[in-house]
Amino acid sequence: MTEPLLCELSVPDRRATRFPEADVPKSELPTGFLRDDLPMPELSELDVIRHFTRLSQLNYSIDSGMYPLGSCTMKYNPKVNEETARLAGFSAVHPLQPISTVQGSLELMYTLQEYLGEIGGFASVSLQPAAGAHGEFTGLLIILAYHNANGETKRDKILVPDSAHGTNPATSSMSGLKVVELKSDARGNIDLEALRAECNDTLVGLMFTNPNTLGLFDENVEEVIRLVHEAGGLVYGDGANMNALLGVVRPGDLGFDVMHYNLHKTFSTPHGGGGPGSGPVGVAAHLVDYLPDPVVGCNPIPKSEIKGGDEKTDIYHFIHPPKSIGRVKSFNGHFAMMVRAYTYIRMYGPDGLRKIAEHAVLNANYLYSQLRDAYHIPYDRVCMHEFVVEGRWPDVPDIHALDISKRMMDYGLHPPTNYFPLIVHESLMIEPTETESKQTLDAFVESMLNIAEEAHNSPELLQNAPYTTPIGRLDEVKAAKELVLCCDVGAYFSNQE
Amino acid sequence: MYIPHTDNDREEMLHAVGVKEIEELFTDVPSAHIFPELDIPPALTEMEAVAHLEKISQSNQSVRDLTCFLGAGAYNHFTPAAVDSIMRRGEFLTAYTPYQPEISQGTLQAIFDYQSLVATLTGMEVSNASHYDGATAAAEAVNMAYANFRGKKSRVVLSPALHPQYRETIRTYTRGSVIDIVGETDGIDPHGDPEDLISFIDDNTALVMVQYPDFFGRIYDFRKLAEAAHEKGALISISTNPLSLGLLTPPGEFNADIVTGEGQALGLPLSYGGPYLGLFATRKKFVRKMAGRLAGETVDVNGQRGFVLTLTAREQHIRREKATSNICTNQGLMALASTVYMSMLGKGGLREVAELCYQKAHYAAKQINSLPNYVVLNDTPFFNEFMVRCPYPVDKINQDLLEREILGGYDLGLEYVSLKEHMLIAVTEMNSRQDIELLVSTLAEVSDD
Repeated sequence: MTEPLLCELSVPDRRATRFPEADVPKSELPTGFLRDDLPMPELSELDVIRHFTRLSQLNYSIDSGMYPLGSCTMKYNPKVNEETARLAGFSAVHPLQPISTVQGSLELMYTLQEYLGEIGGFASVSLQPAAGAHGEFTGLLIILAYHNANGETKRDKILVPDSAHGTNPATSSMSGLKVVELKSDARGNIDLEALRAECNDTLVGLMFTNPNTLGLFDENVEEVIRLVHEAGGLVYGDGANMNALLGVVRPGDLGFDVMHYNLHKTFSTPHGGGGPGSGPVGVAAHLVDYLPDPVVGCNPIPKSEIKGGDEKTDIYHFIHPPKSIGRVKSFNGHFAMMVRAYTYIRMYGPDGLRKIAEHAVLNANYLYSQLRDAYHIPYDRVCMHEFVVEGRWPDVPDIHALDISKRMMDYGLHPPTNYFPLIVHESLMIEPTETESKQTLDAFVESMLNIAEEAHNSPELLQNAPYTTPIGRLDEVKAAKELVLCCDVGAYFSNQE
Repeated sequence: MYIPHTDNDREEMLHAVGVKEIEELFTDVPSAHIFPELDIPPALTEMEAVAHLEKISQSNQSVRDLTCFLGAGAYNHFTPAAVDSIMRRGEFLTAYTPYQPEISQGTLQAIFDYQSLVATLTGMEVSNASHYDGATAAAEAVNMAYANFRGKKSRVVLSPALHPQYRETIRTYTRGSVIDIVGETDGIDPHGDPEDLISFIDDNTALVMVQYPDFFGRIYDFRKLAEAAHEKGALISISTNPLSLGLLTPPGEFNADIVTGEGQALGLPLSYGGPYLGLFATRKKFVRKMAGRLAGETVDVNGQRGFVLTLTAREQHIRREKATSNICTNQGLMALASTVYMSMLGKGGLREVAELCYQKAHYAAKQINSLPNYVVLNDTPFFNEFMVRCPYPVDKINQDLLEREILGGYDLGLEYVSLKEHMLIAVTEMNSRQDIELLVSTLAEVSDD
């Protein structure tokens, strides 16, 4: 039985929320600007709650099971974060309030900028970008503004390794750049010869995901960065895989010029079914002036200027970087996500942050060691927080990564990222994160070994999977061809008038 | 901490991997930089962390402590408890993007519900699954219009009464492109009529963008402007406050090609500016040009109705550098919250709340206009915000208001040189008659000493 749509549940004249009568004398409504009809749902509160509760029960989530989705870092989202983000002093504050009334918000933002800068090894951080891809876009605009300010206007080429995240090429072309793909070598590193061939005076820079989407830390990272810098280019770090590096190495120390952080991956803010994310950007000293507007600053005030015995000697305020690329969104970034990330960092502290990376990497290597006999792993090296296996076997050519993924659902698992990265055939990218226990990992391994056996003994079991989900395999071609994108409101409401 | 490993687990796992120490897994990391000492305070327990965060939050004054007359793109509204109750459900909160439809029907159908309600409310044919906020949705409208003409039309006309931060965001998004932005520059009367923009529309114009209600709260019929844009082959995009559409003619009826908007007013907390919700709706004929995710209806192998992300061929992970945008997320949870809000208020409640905002704002405007030295400048219809010419600098007035625990209006002089000493006041259903009267009496008492 499927859950009806909101418009199908609607019953004329049913109500949930009511508002008080107006307590002011009424003015005339603006004739000529009044809408004729408002065909919106008419439901009781219980109708609404049951509808959305039933819908929620059709979802898989971290709270219900392991989510080994490579490059997405689906770690546990602590419940305390939901409480701190909802403190009235944070959640009921208007973004344009006078600075004197929002010192708490600004203190939190300033301190988070400092923490992220310290963790990534960057001179300054902007919390403005709304998501990872938005941070990438911001980072590239910063790099371009830097080149322009130095009169380097003919630089128009950006290098993107074939092991980079999928958003990188789209971001580059959105920024008006020519994208050149760099091959990986046999060990999964950037091919240094291919890189050298592209290092010239048209080079804007390199978008470098390290560890890359194979889960491998580039063995030549410092050489790669040196070559790009020598050609006058800058290096952009995709921080989506930062979970492997917390307290282990700071990308800024390795020479990265810019990097975005994913608060919704590394720093535990919830994914919310596809957003909101938060993608702060950190920059090295030579790029600080180009950060998006605004950044939070903290100025000590001379004691003599403090009025009426106020003991507070620091005041937080907005800084407008002198060569800023401008605003990348309205207001002050995804503040509620910052509160969650701040809470998370404070609860782990410096030693805890390192433990996150260590256990994320240990978990990935453990799974790797348990799956390598049953699944082909094309780049056979110690991995970081994730690794990629091939979802295919030469002796059962009709089984694809997709079939394995669908069968995993019957085992109560969310499938790994599949068909990405593109450089591995039928790839399955597995990232367990540090919050999964050995027992959960062992159960995962057992399921994966069962599936490998099923693939050989009864392949049709995989091809027709899943069997236990609320709905079977869906016809995506029909969806794209017929394009039904919203409820036919007229069919439900007009007859009821 | 949320790492479950016991010493025993760790030993067994290291043994299985074939190393003695965890450190051995990091041999690819350059040794000169490995394991830095991080200058971050030591770990707190949950009990300590909550107390610490509470303390920081108390350095803020919230709209619970203050009576809020501040709007300018973010508004203090009442939200039924059901909204947060659904948002907190782990099944929605901790799910990923619904790439695996068989185990994501909850998120997918909620997006489909959202798309349906946004299309209906705006009077458009289709909505996407949302953008980051009102500003980036507006910027995506510019990109879409530019791409729609395959780069052959490069002029974009922006109304000076479009939110200043949206215009700034559009400027950032179009850095380094050939897009030429006109209409909003200094010297153009920010409170002129929308028809003033017609003179900027030429054959090279890809898009005209206006706001409704505009940044100053005013409502206009944009049919003439839309007609003028269409005559020159340009598109017209209207940025809207969706809450006003419970009362007002939807922008679709003005023949808008694109409707964007800030969805915060639909049940989202102010949260010092985010996360909010970028609405984006358009005509069916542009659906393939639109960026962002889309949920579409289909059937499963048994013929049962279900939903999937569709037209993904436009998106970054398939099209790579040829994608319509680099967008990889929507504001999933915020879109869900707004859908619950719209369901809870429904046909009756959406009309009631919009009308309350309208009535209270008009009462406040009349009272303020009757004060000596204060002049309400809105002489055309407006929704819940209006512009007041004040006798003193706005920051001085706001300081006095703050002493009475009133959060005054937005200082328009910060963004518009010609509007020094002009305040933009927003009134919502949250402001009682008493609140309004306190505002009026305090304004009357402000002096320049």
